[in-house]
Amino acid sequence: MTIEEVRQIILNILADIAPDEDISSIDDNTKLRDQIDLDSMDFLDIVMELRKRFNIEVPEKDYEHLATMAGCVSYLTPLLKNRPLASS
Amino acid sequence: MRYDTIVIGAGLSGLAAGIRLAMFDKKVCIVEKHVELGGLNSFYVRKNRTFDVGLHAMTNFTAKGVRSSPLGKLLKQLRFSHDDFRLCQQEISEVRFPEKSFRFTNDFEFMRQEVAEQFPDQIDGFNKLAEKILAFDELNLDDGERLLSQPVLESFISDPVLIDMLFCPLMYYGNAREGDMDFYQFVIMFKSIFIEGFSKPEGGMHYILHLMAERFKELGGELKMGNGVKTINASAGTVGSVTLENEEELDTVAVLSSMGYVETLNRCQPELAETGTCETGQVSFMESLFVVDKEPRELGYDRSIVFFSTQPRFNYKVPADLIDISSGVLCCSNNFKYPKPLEEGLIRLTNLASFDKWDSLPRKDYIAAKKEWRGRALEELFTFSPDFRDNVVFLDSFTPKTIKRYTGHINGAVYGSPEKIKNGKTPVKNLYICGTDQGFLGIIGATLSGISMANLHLLR
Ligand SMILES: Cc1cc2nc3c(=O)[nH]c(=O)nc-3n(C[C@H](O)[C@H](O)[C@H](O)COP(=O)(O)OP(=O)(O)OC[C@H]3O[C@@H](n4cnc5c(N)ncnc54)[C@H](O)[C@@H]3O)c2cc1C
Repeated sequence: MTIEEVRQIILNILADIAPDEDISSIDDNTKLRDQIDLDSMDFLDIVMELRKRFNIEVPEKDYEHLATMAGCVSYLTPLLKNRPLASS
Repeated sequence: MRYDTIVIGAGLSGLAAGIRLAMFDKKVCIVEKHVELGGLNSFYVRKNRTFDVGLHAMTNFTAKGVRSSPLGKLLKQLRFSHDDFRLCQQEISEVRFPEKSFRFTNDFEFMRQEVAEQFPDQIDGFNKLAEKILAFDELNLDDGERLLSQPVLESFISDPVLIDMLFCPLMYYGNAREGDMDFYQFVIMFKSIFIEGFSKPEGGMHYILHLMAERFKELGGELKMGNGVKTINASAGTVGSVTLENEEELDTVAVLSSMGYVETLNRCQPELAETGTCETGQVSFMESLFVVDKEPRELGYDRSIVFFSTQPRFNYKVPADLIDISSGVLCCSNNFKYPKPLEEGLIRLTNLASFDKWDSLPRKDYIAAKKEWRGRALEELFTFSPDFRDNVVFLDSFTPKTIKRYTGHINGAVYGSPEKIKNGKTPVKNLYICGTDQGFLGIIGATLSGISMANLHLLR
């Protein structure tokens, strides 16, 4: 998967978790929770969606890497790089 | 086959928990003893009319787009959009006592104004109380020291009538304790009723219940209706399976039960040491439904909900008689902002009732007593509201006994035990509770309870 594809995956997950939110204008370097209304329950959902869709376990100590879009992409790209773009 | 989780009860908390678990591919089965969904918030059909049992109104109304509120969280977690619930807001409600009354809407500033007009010397204290409430973390699941509301309210408000008037709606809509209320519970109810407010779903409770049940099934969840759990098989402190009333045995990794804490322990086999040692709830209600041949407003009933006391002081406790007619809740289902008016007028009257008194009546006296006490409750209502008896085309009443029969809650206790198990744990390692006895009450509360217990114990 390319960096762009990984970014798209995160966007897809966010769209499912926050259906009423505008995610088209997300800035990659600003905290996600400052742009769309995400609380700790939502972060748990992001982690669980990653497990469900890609079998990726994100340990609790790594949650901080998911705070921004750029953080998500750089944390997840190595984990996903050998995966074809399947179910996203 | 082994389930990841068996959820006991297809009430709001059980359905919500089921959706969360199925969403993340857990193998989950909800087992419900009744043939209808909903538990305490179910519905029934009489003479081609569908009546909601529990729903007067949904508390916690917040507008579309507000996502940090309890309703916003609930929708997000279950992945519904605000529009899916088709919520129609209240018109105006009222707390009505012999000397004083104040009205409230879904705009807290309106209520603040009303309190200021009715209790000018109390408004400073009221405002300080509201500040304390807004700053309070009522959702903390740790059991802190017990803090009761009466002393807290007295430290802000010196007029006992205003204190009683604040208690009246909050206790009726969410207090398991007689006489006083835990302060965190007071805060939950204050926010959900006065700061957020009321709405009703277009299509009633069965619309929401079916929406949830359909979502659960789409996600691959299994629902067994009309077949209750007979025993929870837990040897050496761990559940391995449950046995249903038809003797079917289901193996499972964990159980999440919404039937009540004591009710759940009572089903454990072999018997637990704790069984029989916990407090059960006592607070229950009698409710009568009146279908009328006009819009209630044409009969002089223009409020959405009226919480009333005909005595100067309000007393929230199990009555010495079958019911206590001196306070109650009057709900006019029509007086909500529906896109199109309901087909018929519907007025509902709820009073505190004693389970023991109703339960001790022989069958024929029970029927007669329902009629007699319904009549007395109406007489009392008509001391301050117009008489609508000539306009009634259908009526029905249910009592604490009915509630126990259909939901299994001991004493028909609508809000469960006064002692809440906020972390949802039981003496059995992989048996958890959600719903009424976990501590979030009412429709929105129960739903959030199912979500948070599933997240906390079964999805990590
Ligand atoms: C008359 C009345 C009016 C109300 N009005 C309002 C209102 O206006 N607004 C509001 O917000 N709330 C209202 N409530 C409260 C609200 O209905 C409840 O707080 C909420 O529905 C509780 O949901 P729950 O999931 O915790 O419990 P329940 O709904 O009781 O769910 C438990 C389920 O478990 C099932 N069960 C029990 N034993 C077994 C067994 N052995 N095996 C399988 N299944 C079993 C029961 O049948 C039930 O379906 C009202 C309640 C009543 C009774």
